[in-house]
Amino acid sequence: MGKSAEAAEVVADPVAESLADLVAAEDVLIFVNAAVTATGQREFRSDAAGQQLSLAFLHEYVQVNYRPVYAAALALDINDHNAALIIQRLLRTSGEVDAEQKRREGELIAARLAVLPPQRVYRLFRALRAAKVNNRRTRAIQREWLAARPDLGLDAVKYREGLRTAVRHTHLPPGPAEGAKELGDFLFEPKKRTRYAHPLLEAHRRAHYEQGAVYELPFTVAEGFAARHGVAREVFLERIAPRMTRLERLRTQAATSAVASAPRADLASMPLTRLALYVLSLSLDERSRRREELTGALRASALRAAGPHAGSWGEVAAVLDDSYSSYGSGVKRRRPLAVALGAHYLLAALAGSYRAHWTSGRADALLVRPWGASPVGARILDALEGPPERLVIVSDGWDNAPPGLAGEVLRVWRTRLDPARRTSVVHLNPVYDADGLDVRRLAPSVPTAGVRDAEDLPALVEIAQFAEGRTGLAELQSYLDRRVERFVAARRRQGGDRDRDREGSR
Amino acid sequence: MNKLDLSGLSVLPSQVWGGIRLVPLVRGTPVEGLRLRREVYGSEYAEVETRPGQRYVSYVPHGFVADWSAEGLADGSADRRAKGGGAESAVYGTRLGGAAPPCVPLRAHHRLAKRLRARGAAERRLRFLPQHLALEGYLSLHFGGPSTAWDEWSAEALRQGLPPRAEAAYGGWRVPGLDEALRVFEIHPGQCGVLLYAADSLAAAFVVPHPEDYRALHATLIEDLYGEVIHQYAFFGGPVPEFTVRLGDGRGVRTLDGLRAAARAAEREWAEGHDALMAARLLDPSYLFERVYAMEGFTLWRFLPSFRRGEREQHIGEVITDHRGRTAYLKTFRLSDAQIRRGYLLSVLSAHDWDLDRASATLGDGRAELVRRIRDAGFEALVREGAERAPRRGGGGGGG
Repeated sequence: MGKSAEAAEVVADPVAESLADLVAAEDVLIFVNAAVTATGQREFRSDAAGQQLSLAFLHEYVQVNYRPVYAAALALDINDHNAALIIQRLLRTSGEVDAEQKRREGELIAARLAVLPPQRVYRLFRALRAAKVNNRRTRAIQREWLAARPDLGLDAVKYREGLRTAVRHTHLPPGPAEGAKELGDFLFEPKKRTRYAHPLLEAHRRAHYEQGAVYELPFTVAEGFAARHGVAREVFLERIAPRMTRLERLRTQAATSAVASAPRADLASMPLTRLALYVLSLSLDERSRRREELTGALRASALRAAGPHAGSWGEVAAVLDDSYSSYGSGVKRRRPLAVALGAHYLLAALAGSYRAHWTSGRADALLVRPWGASPVGARILDALEGPPERLVIVSDGWDNAPPGLAGEVLRVWRTRLDPARRTSVVHLNPVYDADGLDVRRLAPSVPTAGVRDAEDLPALVEIAQFAEGRTGLAELQSYLDRRVERFVAARRRQGGDRDRDREGSR
Repeated sequence: MNKLDLSGLSVLPSQVWGGIRLVPLVRGTPVEGLRLRREVYGSEYAEVETRPGQRYVSYVPHGFVADWSAEGLADGSADRRAKGGGAESAVYGTRLGGAAPPCVPLRAHHRLAKRLRARGAAERRLRFLPQHLALEGYLSLHFGGPSTAWDEWSAEALRQGLPPRAEAAYGGWRVPGLDEALRVFEIHPGQCGVLLYAADSLAAAFVVPHPEDYRALHATLIEDLYGEVIHQYAFFGGPVPEFTVRLGDGRGVRTLDGLRAAARAAEREWAEGHDALMAARLLDPSYLFERVYAMEGFTLWRFLPSFRRGEREQHIGEVITDHRGRTAYLKTFRLSDAQIRRGYLLSVLSAHDWDLDRASATLGDGRAELVRRIRDAGFEALVREGAERAPRRGGGGGGG
């Protein structure tokens, strides 16, 4: 029996291997799609619990079966929620791998932590504490990250509970020797001292009774003190303005616009998707009133995101979903629509010539709103008129007017009208489908990639080519290796510097 | 008029969520001169809206009306025990124009039911929802009790007619999956109505004159009443398949225009298939229409099905038609089998002047069997003890 099984194995070997390869490649891509889009929050068609359950399964599956790839995902444009989840899982199960893999994982984790926003990292440290992970490696990683913080005094004020938890859990001295004692007192025995040498710590102490000191603190901390002192909101917003981060300024823009002297947020410097979200939060009237300003900012931001690729994509057509489902959910409000709007401006910057087709039939991109059904199929037909060199579809994959037309149109187009593949089609999906354990596809023949930020579009189009189901694991692996190499190298070059953009610096 | 006329409305591809299928109905042009209002209370009901050069007749669907003032009693429906002013009353469903609507006086039974409901003991009996009153009121109004005082009918039946009954119905929020299906439904531009299916069985039809009305009222479908069968189908039925477009192998397609034509044909195919297969049981049978009110060229009707046995799907409802008989407003309620049986029984009795012998001859089984059926149908109070035996017929019968 053993003999015959062996023989069969020899015969079936090449086929089995390539099949396993394809399956593995598909698994990996599914995971990457999920890690880019899913945040464990409610979506238009699924609730938070469903999303979390579905995502947890994928994490477990990929971590156990493809551990090197699981770690390598940290180098891709996955979202912060999943990055934190991956790091936590890697640290929890570090006993399962050899020293070499551990070293590579360590590098990736350190590089990713360096670009995560600090509040995410502190939340991760809290989760590690709750999971009782306190091995030598975890401590080293936390020590390294804390040592690289530009100003622990700021962290102590702004993320007080987070820093306290981290320090308590790892038994590390908070920061460099000279300030460690003072910081320790601030975190654990705040009543002990009557003066602090660090200006922020001192301001925090004084802010308890002195209104002037409030405006030396970071915005989020000052907000609490201002409420305690009963400062009127407008007065507070005006005076705290210089201490706000970019995003805080954008968020409070509506409230501060009444105050003429308050500095306006510099819209053009915002990341593209953030800016699109801001634009969509405005009323239609305001959007058309500030048309020039908003359009200019969106174009500038898109041009910056396009970088060296600007104008290099030739003739591009896009089908963009502004159906009712692009509203997203109460917690991810208008996210899918913002991605589509960002993609619209980015594609305009990337393309030589560009035509957009919104599902609602609207021509004015600035005035889009989530409204109506999703006739994706009919719009694809419009977009293929020409035909363009590239067709980019941004949609949540629900094609309901009529259902399935988009997939059929793309299939017949590919088999009958464009077998030579003169037009490359790619589908970007901003919504993770919890039941399908993947982003929803329009057609099997069209590569689909998850997208969270419109800025990542060029990289995603690249990775989507792997999703056509014809590339094996080896090619995908080499692509991942390249990305990992680039990612870790970038971190080495920066020497552990924070990514200013992510941190939301002023 | 004996059929529903949905001309002017075209069917678009359905949207499916779990076991619920919603089929959008779209109008090319909205119906002129009629608009729908959502909520009306007290004396503010049914105003005539005017714009410069334009006159609107507004109407109020039953789902949103509850008139507790005593005013309506003056021209209330013929009810032998209508009390004077001050009694509670409720509106019979939809109405047109500025006149006070016909009202049913509510009797002590109703209060009891209300109290029961407050304790949560009978919350499935939504007696006070006006849509339910339309249903129940219609059944009891039409069959006003024995018209001939045959001996076997109880004294109470002769005095009061049919006792007010409770018909169980389910609020939309109790139909599993309906809330999600309505939430994720994407309303089409120009959409003026919807056909709602549970487990691919027609649950309700809802049509309004104007797309904006539909957009405003879409969410209220969750507050409507649905028949017992619908609840069961949604509860036990699995997810229904989406009718996805199939373009075949595309052999005939040479150009993009050819592809476009194939896509259009597929869409048309769906609409025709839907009308023939799925909506036929609503649109094909003839109904008994009763005119309730007419104004400005619009007529408000309520309709009853044939109650014939063998027709699986029977709907009651109300409809407003324009001067050409086309539907401007429609709302239907799917009857359960038991409700159909009761309707059938009452219609047979009524057709034979409530004479048990003649009625049982028509039904084809004996008198005892008929009495058993009357009792089983919940009309226990109607028949006297010993009605199974044929009484002596003499001079004492007579006048109802």
